[in-house]
Amino acid sequence: MTINAAAEGSIIYLEDVTVEYDGFKALNALNFFMDYRELRVVIGPNGAGKTTLLDVITGKVQPSAGRVIFGKSTDLTGRRENEIAGLGVGRKFQTPSIFANLSVRENLELSLARPSKGVLATLRARLDGVQRARVEETLETIGLGGRGAERAGGLSHGEKQWLEIGMVIVQQAELLLVDEPVAGMTDEETARTAELLVTIARDRAVLVIEHDMEFVRSLARKVTVLHEGRVLCEGSVDQVQQDERVREVYLGRSGSKQAAHA
Amino acid sequence: MRTRERWVYLAVGLVLVAGLPLLNSLPKGSPLHVSDFTLNLFGKFVTYAILALGIDLIWGYAGVLSLGHGVFFGLGAYAMGMHLMLEIGTQSVYRNLLPDFMVWNRVTELPLFWKPFYSVPFTLLAVVAVPGLVALVFGFLTFRSRIRGVYFSIITQALALCAWLTFNRNAMNLGGTNGLSGFKSIFGFSLSDPATQRGLYVASALCLCAAFLICRWIVRSPAGKVLVAIRDSETRVLFCGYSPAAFKVFVFTVSAMLAGVAGALYVGQVGIITPARIGVLPSIEMIIWVAVGGRGTLLGPVVGAVGVNWLQSLLTTHYPDLWLLVLGGMFVAVVLFFPDGVVGTIQRLAGRLRSARGELKFNLAGGERPPHSSTEGSYAPLALPRPPTPPPATKES
Repeated sequence: MTINAAAEGSIIYLEDVTVEYDGFKALNALNFFMDYRELRVVIGPNGAGKTTLLDVITGKVQPSAGRVIFGKSTDLTGRRENEIAGLGVGRKFQTPSIFANLSVRENLELSLARPSKGVLATLRARLDGVQRARVEETLETIGLGGRGAERAGGLSHGEKQWLEIGMVIVQQAELLLVDEPVAGMTDEETARTAELLVTIARDRAVLVIEHDMEFVRSLARKVTVLHEGRVLCEGSVDQVQQDERVREVYLGRSGSKQAAHA
Repeated sequence: MRTRERWVYLAVGLVLVAGLPLLNSLPKGSPLHVSDFTLNLFGKFVTYAILALGIDLIWGYAGVLSLGHGVFFGLGAYAMGMHLMLEIGTQSVYRNLLPDFMVWNRVTELPLFWKPFYSVPFTLLAVVAVPGLVALVFGFLTFRSRIRGVYFSIITQALALCAWLTFNRNAMNLGGTNGLSGFKSIFGFSLSDPATQRGLYVASALCLCAAFLICRWIVRSPAGKVLVAIRDSETRVLFCGYSPAAFKVFVFTVSAMLAGVAGALYVGQVGIITPARIGVLPSIEMIIWVAVGGRGTLLGPVVGAVGVNWLQSLLTTHYPDLWLLVLGGMFVAVVLFFPDGVVGTIQRLAGRLRSARGELKFNLAGGERPPHSSTEGSYAPLALPRPPTPPPATKES
């Protein structure tokens, strides 16, 4: 009952979602939802199902059971990745995935929301003034203003990550999924990334997967802890860090398991 | 800049289309006279260039290596060849309305699938549509199942082998190993008349110009950027909301259609098409032309197709044993030292020179201005996984 009530105003709502790989349940009857314009951080030990959660939402993996509802009532299960992207779900991968042989600006232009992204429509597509302005504005937001003509492959690691975030922004996604954005970044880059995520979360929901607790703290939002394909607990950074179960799964996982089996 | 570019294109096109035929019609004694043989030879090279443009579109831009383009070339060539066979009529050796090889094989009635090829419009349509349809269906099945990289290349190679085996069979009624030959006329014009050959050359050159402009239009449109994006990161393209499979099917089909047109123009000028022209080996040779010329530029495949074949005809007349070694050597050199091919390498050196001088010059190579001027990037390495190549020795000099 409470879940349904909460689902009314949620941007994404997973109900009893199970994903199995050869008998291993990566997600186990997971219930999860996020509000509009919420910035949420998901943490959890390796194999907890964090990336699978993103895979299920973006259509990369189909759940064996359960529903994934986007916005008011759009069921995402059974849809292809590009279709889901067109509906307004953007995804930023863990390793920078940009188009190295295109310019920075072209990277953003390709990602722009378009009425149709079919082959024939794309052959004749032209940018209008609004779209051009949006690209320039995004270049500023991600700290790459004035560097639009550069080849994207020549950017530094951190800049590539920001460019990819920018690509998801111009897609006008209502929900942004960001997988470990600060892995391999310098402290300064990490701080700027936190700023960037907070900024873009003003207009849309952002789900961030992260290990770096320092970074999670700097985002200072609600944290969800996943464990063995289920939500273990939710709350502020401090609440989560003091939670007994969370400490257990992060520190004494194998010990407690053996104890449970004994 | 823009208008100047247009004039350059027009000038190059005019020379290509009219140059050789004009020199060919000079009196025989003239020092500038080009023989019928040479004109015919270049006519063949031009058809290869059309084919190479198509291969470049899918390989150089989208990064998908097809090892089966001989099949599409062959389909176009056989479609036109069938019409030319029927045009022979009773001028054949057996004075029979049926093509000679059918009489020889004791076929008494023209097979049903041959009949529409009496019609010129049908033949012209088939030249484009048959390879296009085969590519569409084949591409749809493979790309939709997300078969990519080496696996796609292997499957296309299997396609080439299948086609070769099929066309070799006498039961197919396509002339078996000997293929189709002995053509007398094309659309009523005698093929032994030099004027007809000149006409075929001009038609081929015009088709090459058209193919170039079509490819240029595709490559410069946002869809062309999507193709490059697919080469860089297919998953990202998918999550940007595009279907990479749809774009690949499209470009594969266009590429096959160009190959079909090339095949049709080839058969009239060379006078014979056999399964040996459509199998695994010719398909790989075509890839070498594009690699040597330069993938990812539109000028590259044209230069490669004409250049490599010209070299072949020069070398095989003087040192017939040497050719295969040279061909293999060229490929190895390109893979190891010049992944951008001739045009790509020149372009990069020119770009470096330009940025060194700080002046902007007109960029000849297919109008492919790199989107950046400071950091010259080479085009992506071969689509197949390859051993790490040492940076070209000339690179840092």
